[in-house]
Formats: sequence, C-alpha cells, structure tokens
Amino acid sequence: MTLTSVTADSPRTEEEVQKSVLKSRRRPRPKNIREADDSSELNGRRGGSRMVVIIGLVLFALYSIGPAWWLIVSSTKTKEDLYTTDAMWFANFSLFDNLSSLFTYQDGIFGVWMWNSTLYAFAGSIGHTLVSLAAGYGLAMYSFRGKGTTMGFIIGSFLIPGALLTIPSYLLFVQLGMYDTIWAMIIPAFFSPFAVYLAKIYAEGAVPGELLEAARIDGAGEYRIFFQIAFRLMTTAGATIFLLHFVGSWNAFFGPMVFLRGADKWPVMLGLYSWLQRGTDSTVDLTGLVITGSLVATIPMVILMIAMQRYWRSGVAMGSLK
Amino acid sequence: MSSSLEVRNTLDGKKQEPSRPARTQGSSASPRWSWRSIQRIKGASFTWPFVVGFAVFTILPVIVGLAQSLYTSKTSGLGFGAATVSFAGFDNFARGLVDPVFWDSMLRVSIYAVVIVPVIQVVSLVLALLIDAVQRRIANRFRLILLVPYMIPGIVATMIWIYLYSPVVGPLKPFLGFFGLDVDFFSGSMIWVSIGNLALWGAIGFNMLILYGALQAVPREIFDAARVDGASEFRIATSIKVPYVQASLVLTGLLSIIGTLQIFAEPTLFRSISPETITKDFTPSMVIYNQAFQVGNLNYAAAQSIILAAVVGVASVIIYRLTKKVDS
Repeated sequence: MTLTSVTADSPRTEEEVQKSVLKSRRRPRPKNIREADDSSELNGRRGGSRMVVIIGLVLFALYSIGPAWWLIVSSTKTKEDLYTTDAMWFANFSLFDNLSSLFTYQDGIFGVWMWNSTLYAFAGSIGHTLVSLAAGYGLAMYSFRGKGTTMGFIIGSFLIPGALLTIPSYLLFVQLGMYDTIWAMIIPAFFSPFAVYLAKIYAEGAVPGELLEAARIDGAGEYRIFFQIAFRLMTTAGATIFLLHFVGSWNAFFGPMVFLRGADKWPVMLGLYSWLQRGTDSTVDLTGLVITGSLVATIPMVILMIAMQRYWRSGVAMGSLK
Repeated sequence: MSSSLEVRNTLDGKKQEPSRPARTQGSSASPRWSWRSIQRIKGASFTWPFVVGFAVFTILPVIVGLAQSLYTSKTSGLGFGAATVSFAGFDNFARGLVDPVFWDSMLRVSIYAVVIVPVIQVVSLVLALLIDAVQRRIANRFRLILLVPYMIPGIVATMIWIYLYSPVVGPLKPFLGFFGLDVDFFSGSMIWVSIGNLALWGAIGFNMLILYGALQAVPREIFDAARVDGASEFRIATSIKVPYVQASLVLTGLLSIIGTLQIFAEPTLFRSISPETITKDFTPSMVIYNQAFQVGNLNYAAAQSIILAAVVGVASVIIYRLTKKVDS
C-alpha cells in the first residue's frame, strides 16, 4: 500500500529534475505502467520529436486563447481606442466605464437579459436533471412493460434533428399559450432523451441491485430507496447532466429567437445579437457594448466549467465510451 | 443487465412474497396484486414524467409538423381577413423538392460539412495524439488552455471572430497585410473559410478531449511491446493509437455532420455584418426560418423541415454504413 502511493506521487515531484540519477535507477522496475510510459518520453533519445510535440501544442494553445485574449483586452478599451490602438494589447484602461455604460444602456436591459439567462438555465436544469435521473434510474433498475419501447424511442429520437422540431414546437407553444412566455424556455427543457440515456448508463454502473434489495428487506419503499439511496449514488451523473444542460441553455440561440418576441424576456445571447445587428445597420455604434457584454456573458460559463471540470469530463467519457 | 435483474427479482419474489405485502405496500394495494407487480409499476412510474413530457414536446411536434406540412393556408387578396386552410396533400413537398433556393442552400451547407467535418476530426486527432505524447502534468496544463474555446459560448465566439475578421477593429487583416496578403474575410469566396475556422476553433478542444479519453483506454503494454519491437513513436501513433480511437472518431464525426447540416446561428450572425454575401436563404435552417417567420408560410416551412430531417437522416445512415465498411 505504501509502496504504490510512493510511486504514484514520486513522478510529480521528479519531473522537475528530469534526468536525475534517481529517476533512471527507478525506471527499470516501475510499479505502474502508466508512469512507466510517461517517464520513457523523458528519454533523451526522443528529445527531437519531443520538441516538435511541444511546439505543436504551444501553437494550438495560442490559437485557442488568442481570441479570448483579444476579448479581454478589447473590453478594457475606450470606444476610440478600439479602432486606433493595437488590437492585441491594452490601451487606456476603461473597463469600469464600459461596464457602467453596459448596465445602464436602455435602462439596464443588459441586466435583465443576464437575469433571464440565469433563470432559464437554473430552472430548466433543475427540472431537467430530476426528470432525467428518475427516468434513467427507472429504466436501469426495473423491468416493466413498455420499457423496451421507451428505450427505442429514446435512441430513435437521437436521430431527430432539432430543425424538424422548431417550427411545429412554435405552433404547439402558441396553442398551449406558452409562446413568448418564460415557460417556453423552461418546461420543454426538462425532457431530454440524451440526458435520460446518460442517467440510465450511469445508474447501471453506480447503483448496485443488491443494495436496493437490502433496502427493500429493511422495509424501504421504492420511492424512498430512490430519494435516499440511489439519488446520492447518482450525484456525479446528476451534476454532469445539470452542467451540460446549464451550458446548453446559456448558449441557446435558435430556440429563444423563435419562441420569444419581447426583448424583456430574451436571454443574453439573443440580446447581444440584437445589439450586433443594430450596431451595424444604424448610426449608433454598439461595438464597445457588444464586446464588454460578451465578456460579461462569458465569465459565468468559464467559472462554472472550470469549477465543475470533473463533471463535464465524466459526461464526455460517458457519452463517448459507452 | 435487465435480464439478470429480472432473474434477481423473481428469486426475491419467491423468497419474500409471503411476508412482504402486509408490511410495506399492502396498505395501498388491492390484495390480488403481488408486491412484485406493484414494484414494477412503481419502477415504471419513475419514467412517467419523462415519458409524458417527451410525448408532448417531442412526439407531438413531430406529428403536428407532419400534419401541418399537408395543408396550405391562403389569405385572401391583400392579407385581410381570416386565412383559408385547405388540404394540399403532398403539394408542399412537391414544391420543396424542386425549390432551387432551398436546394442551393442545402448544397452549400453539404459541401461545407463534407470539408469541415473531416478537417475538424483530423486536427482534433493530431491534437489528442500530441497531448497523449507528453507527460501527464504538462498534458493537464495544455488541456485546460485548449478547452478555453469550449467554455466560451458559441454566440460570443462567433462575435469575437467577426470582430477579429473585421477590417476596422480586427487584428487579422493588418497581420496578414504584413505578409502582403489582402484578405476580405466576408467576401463570397472566403466566407465559408471564415465560418469553418470559427467552427474548427470551437470544436477541436472538445473533440480532443473525447479522443484523448479514448486514447487513455488503450492498454499501455501494447506501446511497450511495440517499442521493444523497434517501432518509432510516430509509427505507434498511426498504427496503434489511431485504430483504437476510430469508433470515437466515427461518433464525433457523425454528430458534427448532423449539427453542421442544421447550421443557423453562425451564418445568421455573419449576416448582420455582410448581408450581401450571406443572403437570407444561405443555409437550409435559415430558409426555413425565413419561410416561417418572414414570409409567414408555416405549412411550407414545416414541409421543408421534414425534407431537411430526411436529408440529415439519410446522411447519417450513409456515413454509418460507410464507416462500418471501412472498419471491417
């Protein structure tokens, strides 16, 4: 036990001293195959190809963060500097002025949009997660009539393109009185076949049938077993499903554009688009506002994704490997 | 899984049936129902909220869409008075199948998808192999940086690139001008390259993550064996790692094609900058949106949606078949 923990920790500290004698002496008998592979990359013989790999990664990294860097730099500039100074470096710092004009323009409509996005994302994701976990759990742990059909519909619906649903959904929402209300953004979000599929796969692996039997013998009812035992075992899946939907909801564009009319109900992405459009076809220049607004609308996502990395990565793994 | 569960349930059913009903479920159930069938109904009831919502918000719209596409609605004269709705059979489909505007957009997007999706796949794969070739500690650091585009909302990413391409505020034009290149990113010949670059930027980080995950699952002993046999790192990558991740490549490729054929947001945003290059009928989804909400012909738009869905479905099946053939 102690031996494995030592070998697991040692490469982290030793990577700094890459060609230390200690390392080369340890290499012939590695405890862990993964680490053996890592250390073999340090071999001097492969130095040339290693350089190529690192240069390649640095170029990709620059490509990936360059645009984000530009956004951050530009949001600190005055309207005039935006057009006259070097695009990739700071000029006069006016981030706070930009922020105050962003949140005061048109009686603070931007704040309303941010609030709407937050509301749709939270309310939608909570319902989405609960419905999906329950359905996935039911499909994974019980056998009942209609189960096969339900699974068939779930898998089959992966092939239905969103474009097919948008126009009919619009007609339906008009009929149900949901058109141009916040409910059009929240309630349909609860029901996602893909999330149910993820939850089912996760439940199959994470909830042992024996545990349910034990709970039943102890006299727990099926619903109690779900809420008190299975629900806790499925928190990772729940967090993943919540996060994936939260992000999807925050980024939504086509749906809100079709289902919402009034600007006071728009989510922030649609609002920014309306500014981009107006900024180019009228005399007002909204470029600065769009840039600062884009940054403000991005920050919650970046924080959320970094804080919950573990979960969306596991979601990726669930989606790709199973 | 399900069959073993069934077995387990029957076993337990036999064992416990005598004592069960009285204690837990007995109070609410009629005596002729065994506790096991109640358990099944309760199990099924976990799926009911989803099933109901799925029926209302997925199945019902499909049916409504099919029904709508079979009707036609005509407003009298100048558009005053109630519209008269009449059954039109397959008229909307007949019109859609020969509509040059619709098929032009379909062709445009199909060519784009056929080019950009493999490009994204190859670049993501190269990236995943690069990440897989360095030590974990370095890999983790790069991985986070490479995922920055994934964290940025698609609409914001599109806006950023629109500004980067822009001749007035963007750095790309002066940068390329330095090398003597004069590029108009919004011109007819460049617009798909511009949109493609944006798609590539947004997709490689996430695809890399999927492929990297698949690469991690490859047993490391194989690499050692190959090294002993004298294989170079490059050879190991092409002959061992790539075949291992083929299934993931197919999956991500399929999803990208399905998504790309329905592309709407990016061209719509680009249109606000260069409406003369990106017409209102640039992509099939834009045609449908325009038909439904500008022209106001929802019936025809519904028919077009179905045709688009059919094209997407056929494309998925063909790609799936082709990749299966390659595998075997």
